[in-house]
Amino acid sequence: MTTTSSRAAPSQATLAAIRFGYGLSPDQPAPRGPAALLDQLKGPDTAAQQFPVPDTALFLTHLNAMKTAQRARRQKEPGAEEAVKTATGDLSRTWLAGMRGQMARAAFSDQGFRERLAFFWCDHFTVVSKTGPTLLGPDAFAEDAIRPHLATTFPQMLRAAVTHPAMLLYLDQNRSVGPQSKFGLKRHVGLNENLGRELMELHTLGVGAPYTQTDVRQLAKLLTGLGFNSQQGFVFHPNWAQPGAETVLGKRYGGETPAKLSDIYDALDDIALNPATAHHLAHKLAVHFVSDSPDPAFVAHIAQRYSATKGDLPATYAALLEHPAAWAPRREKTRQPWDFLAASLRAMAPPADLVARLDDKKTRQFIRNPLTAMGQRYQSPNGPNGWAEDARAWITPQALSDRINWSMRMSSFLERYLPDPRVFLHTALGDAASPALITAAARASNKREGNGLILASADFNRR
Amino acid sequence: MADDLTKDSPAQRLLSRRLFLRGSALIGCSAAAWPMMSPVTFAAAPGDERLVVIILRGAMDGLDVVRPIGDPDYARYRKDSLTGGETGPALTDFYALHPALSDLMPLWHARELGFAHAVATPYRDKRSHFDGQDILEAGTGLDVPQPQVRDGWLNRMLQAVPDLHSNTAYAVGRDEMKVIEGAAPVMSWAPNTQLRLSDQSQRLLEQVYAEDPLFHAASQEAIAISAKLESEKSGRSMRMSAAPKSEGAQLGAFTAGRLREETRIASFSLSGWDTHHNQRSVLSGRLRELSATLLALKSGLGPVWGKTTVLAMTEFGRTARENGTTGTDHGTGGALIMAGGAIKGGKVYGRWPGLSDANLFEQRDLMPTADVRAYAAWAMRGMFGFDKTLLETKVFPRLDMGNDPRIIA
Repeated sequence: MTTTSSRAAPSQATLAAIRFGYGLSPDQPAPRGPAALLDQLKGPDTAAQQFPVPDTALFLTHLNAMKTAQRARRQKEPGAEEAVKTATGDLSRTWLAGMRGQMARAAFSDQGFRERLAFFWCDHFTVVSKTGPTLLGPDAFAEDAIRPHLATTFPQMLRAAVTHPAMLLYLDQNRSVGPQSKFGLKRHVGLNENLGRELMELHTLGVGAPYTQTDVRQLAKLLTGLGFNSQQGFVFHPNWAQPGAETVLGKRYGGETPAKLSDIYDALDDIALNPATAHHLAHKLAVHFVSDSPDPAFVAHIAQRYSATKGDLPATYAALLEHPAAWAPRREKTRQPWDFLAASLRAMAPPADLVARLDDKKTRQFIRNPLTAMGQRYQSPNGPNGWAEDARAWITPQALSDRINWSMRMSSFLERYLPDPRVFLHTALGDAASPALITAAARASNKREGNGLILASADFNRR
Repeated sequence: MADDLTKDSPAQRLLSRRLFLRGSALIGCSAAAWPMMSPVTFAAAPGDERLVVIILRGAMDGLDVVRPIGDPDYARYRKDSLTGGETGPALTDFYALHPALSDLMPLWHARELGFAHAVATPYRDKRSHFDGQDILEAGTGLDVPQPQVRDGWLNRMLQAVPDLHSNTAYAVGRDEMKVIEGAAPVMSWAPNTQLRLSDQSQRLLEQVYAEDPLFHAASQEAIAISAKLESEKSGRSMRMSAAPKSEGAQLGAFTAGRLREETRIASFSLSGWDTHHNQRSVLSGRLRELSATLLALKSGLGPVWGKTTVLAMTEFGRTARENGTTGTDHGTGGALIMAGGAIKGGKVYGRWPGLSDANLFEQRDLMPTADVRAYAAWAMRGMFGFDKTLLETKVFPRLDMGNDPRIIA
């Protein structure tokens, strides 16, 4: 759609930066191709070290502090009101600092493919904070369940995701108890299907796969026992587990007393390596990075590698990157608002600590509020299926208006770093700028509008 | 309105140009080109009736919203842990309303609020929110693979409106609204959005977007709507009171504003109905939001409320039994909420299937006794006079509308 006969195809390096990273930067060379992208995953996670984000320990500390303060308030203890206020303020400040850290990583890392993969997998395993005290859950989840596993295997990532306290909270697994378990009988509590269902539908097999309501129910029973506490994090409670074996997709798991966590892991491993999971994940990768309607042969190529390597993730990414479809010159996808903000900052290239130094008010003003307006409320998709992929879902009149507004006004935030639009055109888009944009950028009435035009352009918003 | 715009303003230029593009190159519709906007066609299509479809995303628990307290099995399934021990206002001898919707009781008594119980789409068994919503919005049966569905059922209805113009239909809010999107033109906007561009930037941006149909169409619409809202605001001065706070009330108020002008069909969604845990508190919150939304629509519409039908639909219901965590899991049969001065309210429509184990769907969910699409179809027929065959073939392919429930006054 974006290419016309008059336009030359962008180079592979340009596409590598835009399609598989957070875009071009004047301070960093673009990755030259598949090998350079995969190399980013081999070394240490440098951006994580440079820009800290709340981890699971911090999440649990704040969760604990909030719960303690709220309990004291319910019991009307003296000073409790003040304590809740303090804990809430601490929590909110920590969360906004985390937002700055996440944005700085996306905008300034020299491992853009790693950052994009982190976003992809966090979205695949969507976790949303449903209540105030769990606000740091999505950061903690990203930090400890996803990032360490970006270059391991999918079965390993699945275990980490399914047992992370933030996931257990979000999909209610921390409350799901076998109705006939010791704890269930004593407390008259029981099963919650939420995680069991979404695990099959969204995290692994995909909704079109041949599983049934009975499989969902059986898996929900098998998953009983998964829980956490604020001291240790994830814990397995054998006395919560539904007694007896469960049959999931025709295979029996568990049945011993006391119940064993390893039975749950065995089931997760089998589901992770099911051919339906291979296809589902391959399709999602192709859709997220390349096309809203990817060529079935492209998807099959990725799925095949996934299965052949038992879910080895770098091998799976290699299959994605080595296929010619990954490098189609037509840029079909649109940057999601998070991607758009990160790419804008990256191309503007202010000092890397500019984002980290924003105060809380400016963090809301320049990051959180614009994301909401563009349709991507920070860390808050509507459901566990995460964000939409379809370009049309993002480029609506109302959301595009807010992209344009932000593009034209981000100058107050970056005033001192505004480049000449003709130069910026090259740093932001390299050889991917259209002749129409080149002409228009030169005609803008001032620097601010010229740069705004580039950021608002379809060229910049597509990848 | 267009005739309020200053003559030869850039906005007006764009408005007509946009309509031209929409009608010809961009949409490529097979029907006759959409007519150019003129003051004459403004007030016309499609008649004077208004239809609002609200999608309640996440599966609203119909059994808790319209409570069948007269069913001997109800109390067995729904204990105080879920209901809070408060029955809620009586609708009939058999049904009571969730207490969080009490503010709507005056509408019920005025016959401007009604329900249909034990309804569902044709979707069964897998109980996926996302498939469920896709099917609800596509309005198809299970015989059509969802990726092939390009138009929502409201859009297919629009395609049958003869003198459709660009403002006839509106998708409101920031959620994608598949139910109303498709080949027929639909405006799309969110409350509080305002595009701010200098004339020069606007001209340059148009050139930049010219090659990309998606960006081109979205930006042209944004420019036109912003200009229109701006002109309405100045024309109306202080008529609007302070902006309402809650999201739903904002959606309701904005939608009412459009419907008071030339818009006739609108749709938006309210999310957060997935009550796996702590249903008592979560559902109450969502229902208060829905109540505020409907009341904002009513007050914003003024006299036009009398010509309005609101249908609030959800992808499926929830389990009859409470789950182990003071909530309910995904189910099947649910409830349809209807409001507006155009409906024959004060009644709970539908055949009640009963809640005994044998009567539940798969021994767990409320058994659907009617297709929720049939109610939507009868509403369209009652309001706009659409041909039944058209509704059963084009709007809702292969639907059997059954007998007329006579929901439109």
